[in-house]
Amino acid sequence: MDLSYGEELEGYRGEVAKFLEDNWPLQGDEAKLDWNEQAVKFRQRAIDAGYLCRNIPKQYGGSEQEPDVLKAQIIREEFGRTRAPMEPRGIGTMMLVPTLLERGNEWQKEKFVPPTIRGDVAWCQGYSEPGSGSDLASLKTRGELVNGEWVINGQKIWTSGATSADYMFVLVRTEPEASKHAGISYLLMDMKQPGIEVRPLRQMTGGADFCEVFFTDAKTPEDWIVGKRGEGWLVSRTTLKHERNSIGSTQQTRALFAGLVQLAKDRKIDGKPAIEDPSIRQRLAALEGYVKAHQYAGYRTLTKDAKGEDPGMITMMNKIISTNIGHDIARLAIDLLGEDGLLDAGGTSMAAMMSGGHERWISHYMYSLGIAVAGGTANIQRNVIGERGLGLPRDAAAERSSK
Amino acid sequence: MNFDLSEEQEMLQETVRQFLENECPPTTLREIFDGDTGFEPSLWKGLVEMGVAGLHLPEEHGGAGLEILDLAVVAEVLGYMAAPGPFLGHALAGLALAEGGSEEQKKKWLPRLATGDALGTVAIGEADGGWLPHQWSVAGGEALTGTKKNVLFGEHADLVVVGTAGGGLSLVERDAPGLEWKPTEGADRTRRLCELTLSKTPAEALPQGETAAARLRDVALVLLAADAFGGSSRLVEMSVEYAKTREQFGVTIGHFQALKHQLANMAVEVEPSRGLYWYAAHALDHVQDEAERTAAVAKAHITDRYMQIARDAVEAHGGIGFTWECDVQIWFKRAMFDRAFLGNPAMHRERAAQMAGW
Repeated sequence: MDLSYGEELEGYRGEVAKFLEDNWPLQGDEAKLDWNEQAVKFRQRAIDAGYLCRNIPKQYGGSEQEPDVLKAQIIREEFGRTRAPMEPRGIGTMMLVPTLLERGNEWQKEKFVPPTIRGDVAWCQGYSEPGSGSDLASLKTRGELVNGEWVINGQKIWTSGATSADYMFVLVRTEPEASKHAGISYLLMDMKQPGIEVRPLRQMTGGADFCEVFFTDAKTPEDWIVGKRGEGWLVSRTTLKHERNSIGSTQQTRALFAGLVQLAKDRKIDGKPAIEDPSIRQRLAALEGYVKAHQYAGYRTLTKDAKGEDPGMITMMNKIISTNIGHDIARLAIDLLGEDGLLDAGGTSMAAMMSGGHERWISHYMYSLGIAVAGGTANIQRNVIGERGLGLPRDAAAERSSK
Repeated sequence: MNFDLSEEQEMLQETVRQFLENECPPTTLREIFDGDTGFEPSLWKGLVEMGVAGLHLPEEHGGAGLEILDLAVVAEVLGYMAAPGPFLGHALAGLALAEGGSEEQKKKWLPRLATGDALGTVAIGEADGGWLPHQWSVAGGEALTGTKKNVLFGEHADLVVVGTAGGGLSLVERDAPGLEWKPTEGADRTRRLCELTLSKTPAEALPQGETAAARLRDVALVLLAADAFGGSSRLVEMSVEYAKTREQFGVTIGHFQALKHQLANMAVEVEPSRGLYWYAAHALDHVQDEAERTAAVAKAHITDRYMQIARDAVEAHGGIGFTWECDVQIWFKRAMFDRAFLGNPAMHRERAAQMAGW
């Protein structure tokens, strides 16, 4: 057991640090550009140096490096330390690019991958519908091939970033006669067109991060399909080969916990720092047990990935563990806020959560619920753990419906 | 970066598990659990022959010279199998001597403890939750007088390491005058306890007793955490197995989401704890400034999980889970032991809070 990275990897860390010292922040006239433009310039240099877009082939604008989870972790640590931009965040780089690389046509990869990883274009994901949440494959949005193009009618919901996205990757029913899963195709479409109407949904926090998207004869070219007709379900579930970031969420959790401890030191109960209150100390210390367990589980996963071994069930649990800890932190934070817990979040978006004031804890109190629901509710995660992790049989209704 | 067990450690776990599977199958386990002494000499002898008794003792005194992590991975397997016997007290007695004994004391006792020729135990508990060195009240010296509680397999021990006032340690031998044992009716019948009364009983202090006592405390906490991880993993497996075989409404009950989610929650509580006990054990040999606190966090967290998992496991088994004949009760009682022995989670959380400067 050895928690150091060893001589060779520390040497690599030195190279990354040297690169960052020479290249970030930008200098001279370049430093006057706005942050996004600076990020695009810097990213290209980091790609050329082999530090970003490591799993993307050179022909599509990536740096095409040998997969190495430990190097990837060192890059994240060094870039994080110097606040240098990494790959653009978002569903495009996280979901679409890997799917295209695995399943897309040559022209699709050439057209879409480079601008997406540079951050020139943004994507949104058209999966959920009002009647199709956990049972996603029951989706009803129709796609019909008419005169060489797809004509799309229906509605998507919970679409994050739809107002600003250039494109959507969307699941639509193109084979109404086929069975449930076999009737779905995976299409790409331009968001800037008359047949698409985007309506932001106001969340309980007051902000609007996601939207409803309505299609009325929206159109996309015949060959903007990934995989064949009726293969959309499979395409959407492409297992992605990547350098799993196994300790990213544990680091966020630790930072959140450190913030909570600070909050307990700052707030007062009966005129004394809240952290001196026995029940607060117990709750903090109990929470820390979960935070630390999550942290070391992350190191173990990192090690297993580096060795090419299967880390096991833990990889299915990360979301629910982060969610559970997030709930507990939120509950304790709102108690620490005392009468300030009566206040509104004070901001209307994620930005409030990132701010330094106490309102971020109120925002977190609500957002922790959004995180519990987004990308599959905690109960869906429990099904996955139960069925794929523990080997329990599928729910009878789900089993019947998938036939 | 290699946060994983070595091949040797995995092999050690596998060897111990295989041995216990063969020599202590459920029928044997239940016999020992229901028996008078909870002590099966052949089982202990077998473990000793695998080197379990001296893993952590210095090579020059007949031990294997390995680390606390090696000892902890064995504790995990013993917890997984609910192995009855004196491992915990014996391992701690050897540790105390190795860390705090004079050369003469080490020479006299360690080789015998390493080979299992002599059985050791520790008398650290006192009344009113006086588990920790700073709470001990029995005055040290050439003769000891007082009462120690919850001594593991005391009646079988050849050597007792007694915690004394001021946080020191003394050795008391089996046949010393004024030494009296009274069995305690403990719930966990795989780890039997007694009360030890000392009346002017001759004793020999360990020269480095205070340092050794602090380490004994931390190692004990980690071994309990490891045992709790092993035990709670086993309870999840047993509950999942039951859900896959028990049928109601024409299907196995594992089909039902209510139970499936409960089992998933149990797994989510247990699985991440593995790394926590590993790190706590690793820190004891390699990360001095985090060792004491991490041991406290690990013991509080994992033994608390174990107790809750044990309650969940009873529920998951339904009526049968509440019976004496169902093996779940054996692990349930080990969970009670791991949680209460050396102080409950709240006590160690408060210690962790203090050590963090909160």
